Amino acid sequence: MGLLSDPNRRRALIGMLTRLNAPICVVCYMAGVAWFMGLAFEPFTLRTYMSENAMGSTMVEEHFPAGERALDTGREFAAHKKKAGGMPVDWLVRTMQSRGLEVFTQRFSRKLPFPDENKERYMVKGTNVYGILRAPRAPRTEALVLSAPCSPGNDNNQAVGLLLGLAQYFRSQIYWAKDIIFLVNEHDLIGMQAWLEGYHHTNTTGMDWSPLQGRGGSIQAALCLELSSDVVTSLDLVLEGLNGQLPNLDLVNLFYAFCQKIGVLCTIQGKLPRNDWDTPWGYSHAAKTMLMMVLKQASGRPWGDHGLFLRYHIEAASIKGINSFRPYKTDATTVGRLMEGMYRKLNNLLERLHQSYFFYLMPSLSRFVSIGYYMPAFGLLAVILLLRPSSPGVLSILTPLVISHLTGVALYTLPILSQEIAVEHFPVSETEAVVLTAIAIYTAGLALPHNTHRLLSGEGTEQGWKVLKLVAVLYLAVLLGCTALINFSLGFILALTLVPLAAFITPHVHRTLAAFVMVVLSPGFTLLFAVYFFQDLQETPVSVQEGWMLFLSVISQGILDHALYGSLVYPLVALLVYPCWLLFWNILFWK
Amino acid sequence: MAAYRCECVGLLLFMLCTSFTVHIDADVHDYTTQVTDTESDVADAESVLVPDPPPAPLGTGGKQSPQEEVVVEAEVVEAEDGPWEATEVRGEVDDVGDDGDANDHRVVDGPSSTDDFKEELVIRPLSSGDIYASFQFRTVWDTDLTGDQKVSHYRLFPKSLGQVITKFSVRELHISFTQGYWRTMQWGQPYQPSPPGAELWVWFQDTVTDVDGTWKELTNVLSGIFCASLNFIDSTNTVQPSASFKPLGVGNVTDHRFLRYATLPREIVCTENLTPWKKLLPCGSKAGLSVLLKSEKLFHSTFHSQAVHVRPVCQDPQCRTTSLELRQTLNVVFDLHTSGQGKREWSLFKMFSRTLTEACPLASSSKVYIDMTDNPQGEQFELSPATPLLSQAVVLGDRRTYSVYDLTQQGTFGSTRSLNMLLRWKSAEGNMLRPLLHSERYVAGYGLQTGEIHTLMYNNHPYRAFPVLLLSTVPWYLRLYIHTLTVTSKGKDNKPSYIHYQPSKDRERPHLLEMLLQLPPNSVTEVTVEFERALLKWTEYTPDPNHGFYVGSSVISALVPSVVAMDTDSSPERPLFSSFFPCKEEASYFTRLYTEPLLVNLPTPDFSMPYNVICLTCTVVAVGYGSLYNLLTRTFQVEEPSPGLAKRIANVIRRMRGVAPL
Repeated sequence: MGLLSDPNRRRALIGMLTRLNAPICVVCYMAGVAWFMGLAFEPFTLRTYMSENAMGSTMVEEHFPAGERALDTGREFAAHKKKAGGMPVDWLVRTMQSRGLEVFTQRFSRKLPFPDENKERYMVKGTNVYGILRAPRAPRTEALVLSAPCSPGNDNNQAVGLLLGLAQYFRSQIYWAKDIIFLVNEHDLIGMQAWLEGYHHTNTTGMDWSPLQGRGGSIQAALCLELSSDVVTSLDLVLEGLNGQLPNLDLVNLFYAFCQKIGVLCTIQGKLPRNDWDTPWGYSHAAKTMLMMVLKQASGRPWGDHGLFLRYHIEAASIKGINSFRPYKTDATTVGRLMEGMYRKLNNLLERLHQSYFFYLMPSLSRFVSIGYYMPAFGLLAVILLLRPSSPGVLSILTPLVISHLTGVALYTLPILSQEIAVEHFPVSETEAVVLTAIAIYTAGLALPHNTHRLLSGEGTEQGWKVLKLVAVLYLAVLLGCTALINFSLGFILALTLVPLAAFITPHVHRTLAAFVMVVLSPGFTLLFAVYFFQDLQETPVSVQEGWMLFLSVISQGILDHALYGSLVYPLVALLVYPCWLLFWNILFWK
Repeated sequence: MAAYRCECVGLLLFMLCTSFTVHIDADVHDYTTQVTDTESDVADAESVLVPDPPPAPLGTGGKQSPQEEVVVEAEVVEAEDGPWEATEVRGEVDDVGDDGDANDHRVVDGPSSTDDFKEELVIRPLSSGDIYASFQFRTVWDTDLTGDQKVSHYRLFPKSLGQVITKFSVRELHISFTQGYWRTMQWGQPYQPSPPGAELWVWFQDTVTDVDGTWKELTNVLSGIFCASLNFIDSTNTVQPSASFKPLGVGNVTDHRFLRYATLPREIVCTENLTPWKKLLPCGSKAGLSVLLKSEKLFHSTFHSQAVHVRPVCQDPQCRTTSLELRQTLNVVFDLHTSGQGKREWSLFKMFSRTLTEACPLASSSKVYIDMTDNPQGEQFELSPATPLLSQAVVLGDRRTYSVYDLTQQGTFGSTRSLNMLLRWKSAEGNMLRPLLHSERYVAGYGLQTGEIHTLMYNNHPYRAFPVLLLSTVPWYLRLYIHTLTVTSKGKDNKPSYIHYQPSKDRERPHLLEMLLQLPPNSVTEVTVEFERALLKWTEYTPDPNHGFYVGSSVISALVPSVVAMDTDSSPERPLFSSFFPCKEEASYFTRLYTEPLLVNLPTPDFSMPYNVICLTCTVVAVGYGSLYNLLTRTFQVEEPSPGLAKRIANVIRRMRGVAPL
C-alpha cells in the first residue's frame, strides 16, 4: 500500500502499465492459456478423496446375487416393450407391485416448438412409472432415486431389468433409512423433466403432466443407469448437467471407490485412466479428457438423464455401461453389487452431500482440479479487459448499444416465431427453417449496426469510439466474470476467443484483416470449432460437410434445450454475448 | 443425545431423592418387579388412609429399577416438604411370593379405591401380506388423584405417573412415540393414530394458574420418565389448538388455555423408550401379553408406535363419579418381505420370537383377537389353532369379526401349554386400499428462498361429504405468506367455515393454522400456502444443518361416515381397541389422521466459512489498517530545492546573530 500512497511510485506504476500495456496483455493471455493447459498435468492436480464421513468410514457389504434373473426380467421387459410399442405400463406396474413396491404412474405430454429431427419427435406423449420402496420405520422425509430410461429400440432393456432386480433385492432388506424410488422414464429427458416438475410441483417449461400420487420426501441423491448389453467392459460416469452444473464431487468419489473395491473398469468421458503422466502421451490423454469435460460443460446441456436433477439441488450422475472389444467383461451381478454398495452408502448419509466440491474439472477419474486452481487461468484472461479501457469521454453511445441488443432479441425470438413463414416460402423443414433463420439473423447483424449507427448519430468522433470501447470492455468483463462463476468452461471458452479481439480492436487497425479475425472469433464460429474439436477429442473426426450438419443440429438442440428444460446457454449467447460482440464490431467500423 | 437423556434421568432422580425420605433395605433389589410391588401394597392396604403419614421407609421398590440403584447410592436423604410427599407409600415389604401367588392376593382391595387391569392384543392381517399387532393395556383406578385428598397408596397404577398427574394437576395426558409412518393406503386405519416422532398433548385442571410454567416442568419430568428428548419442547413448538384436540375423557373443560400440544418429529424411538414404558405395566415384561414385547423383534418392523393415554372416565353408566384410566398402547406392523423367510405365513413366534403361556395374573381380562372379517370362509388365510370363540365389534365405522383367544382359560393353551397362533396366507398379494379418508403433504418448489406447502386430503366416499379439522403447526423459520392460502376442491374454491390462525413470532412461537373444512364426496381437497425460508443466526443451526429442518405432521381430525351404526354406549364389555375415541353419534365415527412430516432445507452458510472469514479479515485489517495508518501519520512536504552556497553561509551567519534565516 505504500506503493499506492506514494505519489511518485504510483505514477511510476501507472506509467509502466500504460507503456507496457500491450505486452502485459499478451503475457497475461499466454499465461492464462498456459495455466489452463497446465491444469491437466498430474503433479498440479489433487487426488480425489472422500470428504463425507458418513460415507467414508462405514463399511458396507454387497450381496446382490441375482444378475442373471435381472437380465431375464430385462428380456421380458423388452418383449413387452415391443408388444406395447412403447412403455409397457401395465406390465411394469404389475412387476413392481409384485416386488412389494408402492407403484404410481404419471402421464405427460409436450408439443415441441419445432420438430426435433435428431430424435424424430414433435408431439411427445408418454408415461412414467415409478415404484417407491418405503423404508421401514422412516417417516417419508428422505428419498433416493434410481432411474432407468425406457428407450426406443433395443436400448437400455438391461438397465430396466437390473433396476427391477435391485428393487426386489432391496425390498427384502431391513436397513433402509431412506425411501428408494425406482423410476422408469419414457422419452428420456422429457419424461424426466415431467417427473421432476411433478414431484416438486413446479412448472418451468410449460409441460402438461398429471400430478404425482406418491412421494418420498426430499430427494437426497439420484443415479441414472444406462445399460444396453448383458456384460460390460467398463462403466462410464457422466456428470455434466443442465447449464453446466455438476454434482458434488463426493458422488464421483463414491463411484470411483466402489469401482476400485469391486474391480470394475471405470472411465470418465469414455477415456480409461493412464498412469504414465510423465510422458507426452499421458499428458495429452489427461488434457483431452479435461478438454472434453470443458466442452461438454460449456454446452450447458444435460448429458444424461441425471442432468435435470441438479436444478433441484439433488446430487445426481449417470452411469453408462460400455461394451467394447476388450476381453475382460463384467457381468450384471457385479454391476448390481456396485449399485447396491453405492445405495447403501448413500443410505447412510446423515446430511445432503455438501462436504466436497461443487466446482471442479476432472482430467481423470482419480484426479480433480478445484475452483481455486482453475480460476486464476480465467482471471489472467479477464484482467486484460480491465487493463485496456481508454480514457472516458461524454458522447452518447446509447444508439449502438440499443441496436446491438435489439439484434440479440431478434436472434432470440425470431427463429421460432418465423418458422412457419420460412417453411411456406422456402423448401426446408421446420427444423432447418429455425436454424437457418437463426444463422441468417446472426449474419444480418454484421451489416446492421454500423450502417444504422452512421445513419442515426451522424459522424462518429474519436472520443465516441473510446467511450463505446470502454463500455463494451467493462460489459464483457462483467459478463464473462459472472458466466465463469456459474459455468467455468463456458466462461473460459468465451474469454479465450472474445478477450483478444476486445483488447486490440480499434477503428485504426487494418479493416479487412481485423474483420476476418473478428468473424472467426465470433461466438458462432467458436461453436463451429467446438463441434469439430469435440468430435476430434471423441476420436470420431468428421468431414467439413458432416461437421456443418452437426453444427446445424447443435444449434437446433440448443434452442430445444432452452424450450424443453430451461437451459440458459442459448439466451445467454443471443441476448448478451452476441450483442457484446456486435459492439466491438461497431468499433471496428467506426467512422 | 444419549448422554443428554442420561442427564435427564439423573436430574429426575435427584429430584425424587431429595424430596423423599428414603430408607433402603439391604435387599431392595429383590423387589423390583411390579408383581411383588403390588403384593406389598396389598399387604399395607389398611394403613394407607393415615392422614398425615410420617416419613416412612420406601421399602417397596420403585417402579423403575435403575432408579433404585441410584437411590441406594444416594443413601439416606432428608425430606423437605415438597409436593411429592403427597404420594408417599408407607409400608414395609414382608412377603415375596412368586407369580402364581399373586393371583390370590388380587382379590384383596383397599376400602376406598378399586383398580382393574385388562390386557388385549389385536392382530389384523393386512391385505399386503403384512401383519398388524396392536397391544392395549388398560388400568382403571376408581380414584381422584387431583382432588383434595392425598392419595398415597398405589396398587396397579404406576406410581411414577400418578405422582406426575398429582403434582402438575394434569387432567388428561396423551403421549406417543412413533417410529415410522402409518401407510393408510396399504394398511387402512390404525386403532390409535399417532404421528412420526413424539407427540404430547395435555389438558391441565382449571385450577392451574401458570400453565406455561407447569407445562415446561411437566415436559422435563416426562422426558426423564420416558428417556426421551421431550425436554426440547419449548414455546417454539408448543401450540394451543382451539378445536382439534378436545378432551377424550369426561369433563366439560373446553377452554383451550389449559391445553398444550407439541410434537417432536425428529425424535427417534428405540429400546431406551420401550423399557420405561414396559415398566409402567403391572406385570412388567414378566407375564401375560407383555412377554411378547421384546425389543429385538419390535424394532425389526416397519412401524412401531407406543403410547400412554391418561384420562378421566365414568365409573358407572350414570357418570356420578369418575375414575382414572391409563391406557398403554403399542402398535407394530411386521413386513412380509423383510421377515426373510419367503413364506407367506405369520405366527406369534415369527413375529415376537416368543409364544404365550399365561395371562398376566393381575389382569381381570386377557385376550387375543384376530381380525377374521376379510376371511369368513377361510379363503384368504387359515388360522391354527382354531378357536370357537367369535366376537363382533364395530370399529372404525365397520363391523368386524374376530376370533378370540381368552388367555385366562387354561384350555386356550392346549396340551403344549403354549399358544402360538399360525396364520397362513392362501391368496396372493392384494392391491392398494381405497380408504375413505387419506392425505398427503409435501413441499413444492425449488431453491432456498421460497417454497409452498401442499396438503392434499382425499375423500373417497362416493356420495357423502364430511367435515374435517385441519391443524398445522409450522415453525417460525418458515415464514408463511398467509395471504397465499388457498383451499380448492374439484377445481373450485372451498371456503373453510372456521379458521383459527395464530402468526408466529420469531424465536418464540410457531404458526398455528386450524381450519374446519367440508370435504365434498369423491374429491381431493388441496390446501396450499407459500412460505419464505428464514436465515437463522449462526448459533441457531443444528449440528447437521444440511440435513434440513423438520416441520411436524399436520393433524386431520375427521368425522367419517360410518358404514354401520356405531355403538354409542360405552359398555365395559366392549373390546378395548374399539373404545378409544368416544362416540357420540351412530352415523359417523371420529378418527385422526397424521400427514407426513416435512424436511425442509434452509439456506445454510458454509460452516467452514469462519475459517475463511478470519483469514480474510486479518489480511484486510493488516493491509488496510497499515496503509491508512501510514497515510494518517506521515507528513507530506514539498521538497524545496537546496539553496545555493552563498545563501547557506548567509543563513549560518544570520542564525548566529539571532535573526530569522532568509
